[in-house]
Amino acid sequence: MSNTMTAEKLYEMLKKIQEPRGFYFNKNMDITMPLLESLLINKEEYGYMACPCRLPNGDFDADRDIICPCEYRDPDLEEFGVCYCGLYVTEEYNKLEDPGEVAIPERRPPEKILG
Amino acid sequence: MSKECTLYALSTCIHCRRMKVFLEDHDVEFDNVFVDKLRGDERKETIDLIKNYNPKLSFPTLVVKEGACIVVGFHKDQIEEALDL
Repeated sequence: MSNTMTAEKLYEMLKKIQEPRGFYFNKNMDITMPLLESLLINKEEYGYMACPCRLPNGDFDADRDIICPCEYRDPDLEEFGVCYCGLYVTEEYNKLEDPGEVAIPERRPPEKILG
Repeated sequence: MSKECTLYALSTCIHCRRMKVFLEDHDVEFDNVFVDKLRGDERKETIDLIKNYNPKLSFPTLVVKEGACIVVGFHKDQIEEALDL
């Protein structure tokens, strides 16, 4: 029974795994749900959930660092309280009244993009 | 007269999408390029071009008036200043 994965199902599934570890989804569903949909699009397109806000190389090994949750999530949450694409946040970040647009500097070295 | 600016974006990126809407809401004339949809030489050439403006090769990257001003990331204040909105 291949039930197609939806953004809502992915949300529930990941929430159960990630929240106990201290990784929360951005409470702004206008950011979280489109990002989860994009992860499913990238899974379909590339075979893995490449970060929706980075240019994938289309090769698993070359994109290992940006497969969600990416390698840069922890340092980004520590420094900014939000990951680069805005999907994962800290508990404190979700308490902010209006965190404004997510626009944090890119931690991934550009050489990783093969062109 | 070429368009005011070019938005280099990713079709899957929510911040690129929100920036695109912001530009449209402010009637800004711009070319929108989904770099993730490009393939082959066009992709290579576009990536090399972006590197001149934004060496980090991150998105969104807004190039205003052929590079007179560059906005990296969806920073409303920077866009308003760059385009006198």
